[in-house]
Amino acid sequence: MSSIKKLTQKRLFLPIFSMILVMLLNVVYDTATGGAPLSFFMISIKNGVLYGRLIDILNRGSEIAILAIGMTLVVSASGGTDISVGSVMSLYAGVCCLILAGYGNVNVQQYAHPLLVGIGVGLLVTLICGIFNGFLVAYMNIQPMVATLILWSAGRAIGLLLCNSQIVYVRVPSFQKLGAYCGIIPTPIIVAAVCVAIAALVLRFTALGTYIQSVGINKRASRIAGFNSAKIILMCYAICGLCAGLAGMVATSRIYSADTNNIGLNMELDAILSVALGGNSLGGGKFSLAGSIIGAYTIQAITTTLYALGVSSAQAPVFKAVVVIIIVVIQAEPAKAFFKKLTKKSGKEAARA
Amino acid sequence: MKKKFAVMAIAGAALCMAAMPVCAEEDLITVGYAQVGHESDWRTANTQNYQDVFSEEAGYSLDLVDCDNDNAAQLEAVRTFINKEMDYIIIAPIQSAGWDTVLQEAQDAGIPVIIADREIEADASLYDAWVGTNTKNEGITAGNWLAEYLGDKDANILVIEGSVGASATIGRTDGFNEVAADHENWKVLDSQSGDFTQAGGQEVMESFIKSYEGQFNVVICQNDNEAYGAMDAMDAAGITYGVDGDVTLISFDATHDGLQYTLDGKINCDVECNPIQAETVKGVIEKMQAGEEYEATTLVEDQAFVAPGITSEYATTMTDEVLAGRAY
Repeated sequence: MSSIKKLTQKRLFLPIFSMILVMLLNVVYDTATGGAPLSFFMISIKNGVLYGRLIDILNRGSEIAILAIGMTLVVSASGGTDISVGSVMSLYAGVCCLILAGYGNVNVQQYAHPLLVGIGVGLLVTLICGIFNGFLVAYMNIQPMVATLILWSAGRAIGLLLCNSQIVYVRVPSFQKLGAYCGIIPTPIIVAAVCVAIAALVLRFTALGTYIQSVGINKRASRIAGFNSAKIILMCYAICGLCAGLAGMVATSRIYSADTNNIGLNMELDAILSVALGGNSLGGGKFSLAGSIIGAYTIQAITTTLYALGVSSAQAPVFKAVVVIIIVVIQAEPAKAFFKKLTKKSGKEAARA
Repeated sequence: MKKKFAVMAIAGAALCMAAMPVCAEEDLITVGYAQVGHESDWRTANTQNYQDVFSEEAGYSLDLVDCDNDNAAQLEAVRTFINKEMDYIIIAPIQSAGWDTVLQEAQDAGIPVIIADREIEADASLYDAWVGTNTKNEGITAGNWLAEYLGDKDANILVIEGSVGASATIGRTDGFNEVAADHENWKVLDSQSGDFTQAGGQEVMESFIKSYEGQFNVVICQNDNEAYGAMDAMDAAGITYGVDGDVTLISFDATHDGLQYTLDGKINCDVECNPIQAETVKGVIEKMQAGEEYEATTLVEDQAFVAPGITSEYATTMTDEVLAGRAY
């Protein structure tokens, strides 16, 4: 009994519980329709690569997971959200493909400049975007949503301009590699894993995490305590911009083209949602990176589940909303208190018996 | 004195300038075209086509306004045409609603209005003719071609739809389903939206492959970009498609890249949405000019293209010449 209680009180219990709940929907559906109950969880090797729904979730969820890293830090430090990340992803696509294809070309079979130059400059531009956002928030004291609104609208527009409003294709195998497979594993999974690992290690072995939380909890007090609050906030936004660039890199390589109209469209909302689903307060302060990452894959699990259940495209958003509401509500404080009371009561009754 | 002279000179120049178009265009028919914008290769081809057809050699003076997808700018353009007393006005409506007032103004001015390319939500008495393509017909063409291609064979069909609610999605779905309903051995296994994007097509196809492994033999993508995505997903899973493959792939739009894939035998059939509409519009105007009877609605023929090795009564077989001869 006490071990279960301990488990349920772990911070990550509810996010993980939610994700499992979403996946269980598939088991119920498969059983009901006469399929193998666990077919959703089957992983095999087909055509020389890993194959299965779980792999799809990990693969397709890579972009959201990478965005979630930056978004978690931004939310924690500034108590606001960076709504420009989707647009910045698209800007990365525009810059990278412009460099690789050369201006005016819409379909190339070979690079105009080396691949690393394209990726490097693309990431540099997104890093600058992040610094720009951070500067407005940290030094100009502009509300995060307003500050990042600028690049939210301008980022995609600049990307479109760079590509002359057309989809620029770079049909070179090495460019596709980042969105395809590395051995038997989809490369996006590796990219996401590396990003998460680096972020986790930095937070674990440096005091950065503590600084960020302290600034998020009370900016003035932290400054008085000797932290350079503004610098820390600026850094969080810069990391967030870089993460958007990395997510854009994966998304661009997947379709080996700069579809600037669509890359990262509405993805800022998924990133913010993953932070919330991870049990983090959008008001800033304490955060759990692991929670956000689990939240990110939960969002992808919902999407993949909707495809698997064959929910029609017109109804899917409603279904998604219902699932999200349930997950958010069970993590809300009043709901938690209610469940606690319930378990206490049943515990007492059990003791009496 | 000097001042007076200057004023006179300016006035004279202005008079000349005002008079000049009249002199030059005395026997030309003036046509105003309020074009949507230049958002795609398709639209660019459509604009080019109008400029080629309504040339001065053909006896027309075309005033083409690119409205850049701005509804207000388009209304403004049409009002300008009315003020200029154009002989004919052609509108490719950006938005389908909200046209009543300006159409009434044109009617009061006695200028015939032709609606082109897109549908409009206005009383048919307010405009004189409609010329355009019908997305439902495109769906029907795809269905007819599939019936011809498969013969009596069963079809287990997966559909990757366009954006939910888009007119092209609705038309193409309805048209195809109409044909599918006549074939008892056709079954639409699933139909999901890929949002007209390559990434969307990829993700939906990836999921379809898992849900219906080994059960499908036809994939229909409602635009070329989705078809590219579906091809990526099938490549990754080792599923063969196209002329030499297990899966018959049908796509819509017939863009240059799409037709290249058709020529390579990867897409079996690509149904076009035809941007070459100006000849048909000109035909209607000629009849109006001569005072003859004309059709209130005229459909522009859409073509379909099939991969080399396939011959069809509904479609043109792709060759290098066909691809090279495409306007866009």
